[in-house]
Amino acid sequence: MSTTTKPTKTSSRPGRSLAILGLILISMVGLVFLQDSKSLQLGLDLRGGTSVTLQPRIAPGEEGSVTSDAIDQAVSIIRQRVDSLGVVESEVTAQGSGTNRQIVISVPGDTGRRVVDLVGQTAELRFRQVLASGSGIPAAADAEATPAAGVSAEVNAKFAALDCTKPENLQGTSSDLPSDVLVTCDRAGGSKYILAPAEVLGRQISSASAGLDTQAGSAWFVSLEFDNEGTSAFGALTSRVTSLPEPTNQVAIVLDGLVVSAPRITEAIPSGNAQITGSFTQLEAQDLANVLKYGALPLAFDRGEVQQVSPTLGADQLNAGVLAAGLGMLLVIIFTLLYYRALGFVTVASLGVAAIMLYALILLMGQWIGFTLTLAGIAGAITAIGVTADSFIVYFERVKDEMREGRSLRTAAETGWIRARRTILIADFVSIIAAVLLYIFSVGGVRGFAFTLGLTTLIDLIIIFLFTKPALVLVSRSKFFNSGHPLSGFSPKSLGLAVAKEA
Amino acid sequence: MSKFSGLGGRLYRGETSVNFIGNRRRWYGLSGFFVLLSIGALAIQGLSLGIEFKGGSSFTVNTSSPSVAQAREAVQEAGITSGAIVQLVGDDKVRVQTEALDAAENNALQDALAAKFSVSAANIDTQIIGPSWGKEITRKALYGLFGFLLVVMIYLAMALEPKMAISAIVAVIHDVFITVGIYALVGFDVTPATIIGFLTILGYSLYDTVVVFDRVRDNTKSITSTSTKTYSQAVNLAVNQTIVRSANTSIVAILPVAAILFVGAGLLGAGTLKDLSLALFIGLIVGTYSSIFIAPAVLTQLREKEPALQALTKRVEARTPAASSSASTGSPAAAVNGRGPRNQPKRKGRK
Repeated sequence: MSTTTKPTKTSSRPGRSLAILGLILISMVGLVFLQDSKSLQLGLDLRGGTSVTLQPRIAPGEEGSVTSDAIDQAVSIIRQRVDSLGVVESEVTAQGSGTNRQIVISVPGDTGRRVVDLVGQTAELRFRQVLASGSGIPAAADAEATPAAGVSAEVNAKFAALDCTKPENLQGTSSDLPSDVLVTCDRAGGSKYILAPAEVLGRQISSASAGLDTQAGSAWFVSLEFDNEGTSAFGALTSRVTSLPEPTNQVAIVLDGLVVSAPRITEAIPSGNAQITGSFTQLEAQDLANVLKYGALPLAFDRGEVQQVSPTLGADQLNAGVLAAGLGMLLVIIFTLLYYRALGFVTVASLGVAAIMLYALILLMGQWIGFTLTLAGIAGAITAIGVTADSFIVYFERVKDEMREGRSLRTAAETGWIRARRTILIADFVSIIAAVLLYIFSVGGVRGFAFTLGLTTLIDLIIIFLFTKPALVLVSRSKFFNSGHPLSGFSPKSLGLAVAKEA
Repeated sequence: MSKFSGLGGRLYRGETSVNFIGNRRRWYGLSGFFVLLSIGALAIQGLSLGIEFKGGSSFTVNTSSPSVAQAREAVQEAGITSGAIVQLVGDDKVRVQTEALDAAENNALQDALAAKFSVSAANIDTQIIGPSWGKEITRKALYGLFGFLLVVMIYLAMALEPKMAISAIVAVIHDVFITVGIYALVGFDVTPATIIGFLTILGYSLYDTVVVFDRVRDNTKSITSTSTKTYSQAVNLAVNQTIVRSANTSIVAILPVAAILFVGAGLLGAGTLKDLSLALFIGLIVGTYSSIFIAPAVLTQLREKEPALQALTKRVEARTPAASSSASTGSPAAAVNGRGPRNQPKRKGRK
């Protein structure tokens, strides 16, 4: 197989490999400084904070199965709710794949309780007639204006005072009872509305999709279809409002208490098939269609896991993690130096380079994909010290085997490499498969572990190819290691050659 | 140390040879015993699952004056009637664990504890697990497990040999069984961190096995054309040749894990670090054992049934009656006898 290449050919340019590695290292460290990602992004379990894992489920009393679109919507609803708390660095992510995803919310500091209370409620989609609308800032003029028909003075005052630029008013969920008049903002916070009681409910939608009208100058539109109940309700609503003056001829689509869109009704729609047109981009049209689809199947959010870590415990865990990493590294270094003597320094140097690379990558990943280092992540990195050192051992032992066959250290460093390389590649690949699958199939802490484990396995491959092997080749040219000195790790005695002669 | 290294040389040349393959019935027996013990322990005692699997709440108050009695009062004041477990953790923490509570009850208990010990609610480490959560993560772990075994089996079958893939997986399943059995027997808590540990063991155990099998493949590449060794002799030599390597890689893998275990259990008490490293620690030891004693033996058994290899065994026996009888007893002297010709085919195979 790989043995067809002549050893003398591969031998040789340890200098070049080391130079490539040097370049990689310098560019990594350079990136760290350029991107100014010098601070480590610590997970909540290391600095204190709350994480909530939600399991989206079909709302009670509904039928059907969770769709991937519905979860996307659920994530954006939860994100909207959490963002409204205005806590910097709070995060909402979906973990897992397809319909089997969980929503993970992380909030640093002590806002945990509020988050937990906020995210558990079911989000619903409703259609409400617009009674009044205005731009999203409080306006004294609105308060003095005569309330629109069906609007009490109290509601009108509330409307006038509403400030949609404040995050807490974009929280959604607020007393969105279908039978009540609702005063609320749109999702972006640009406008505010007084809305009539809900007349059509999200679950009465049977389908929704975005489409492109090629005749009317390539305009994107959203079409939706109602079930029987929805058809008559929507028909009644549209025929009533279509002849009314602005803005009461608009029907607001309200998701989770916030207005997603408020199209004007241009005609009565008794057929149950409606089209929403406007100056939509493709993305906007699809987003709106997804909102409507979600409405057809509202999801409830089960709180799977809530974890609140105090800053005290966070600091303790961080210290313990760092201590364990240091101790683990030290033990491995002592062992390799004892067993491999001077050769052990190649291992120690390799581990050192690997550690620098890992640290730089964790910093960069924190910047690029928001990777945060958790306790499980640290454990993954420590465990990987073993994987990294394993490859060196496989290589060194193979070199020793070659020397037992009578080869010189110089030749053995090359021929042994060809054999060891394949073993290392297969073994590391198995580790990477493990890491990737763990990452895909898991939530929370496990992912952090899988991520660092995978990352360090990749680093291990880079190190063994670009550092350990060239370093050993360089070393194999030196007098000290070829002399069979007892401290070199390649003495006849440590190879068992002397023993063989006696026998 | 140097003595040990000298042993490496002798093992390599086959001068010192431990008969792993010939004695496989012994190792099968030992493993079979442990697997049965594990099944027994699982059936009778079961695993002691953490609250992550059962659902429930855990509140840990950080306070300079922890008190079980005060914590119990807080539980009563919060109106929690179902049994709560209250315990001291170290000398500055008190932990209350309850069954699954609803949101209001959780808040009430947290507030009551905060008031009782006059700390802020943020200073209470809280973990609330919904009742269905455990099923969810267990399901995911199982998906991960089966997905992993399948992908790895296909990969190893392509990278090595199909029968090697099967033997490696058998060894991995063996490892997981025994590790889980030890958990059931001793009654260690099983948490999600433990599950991560279990899954990682799979990777490790395979890593060791791959190293051995890669050597086996080298040694047996041209085995049928040379007729100097039977398949089991070649496998046995491979195991002996890689045993120093296996021992070293295992030690190096176990050292950092032991460090996590020591720090996690010693300094933090219960938690992610301890759970994870304990599973790894046990699994690594079992994994090393299986990659030396179980995986190569299973491979030999699978391969030796092949007609070509049975014919080989007959040829080898006919040629060197002494060597064949020694293969089953495993005497070092016989191995030295076979040294000359034994090294020959290997060199040929390489070029």
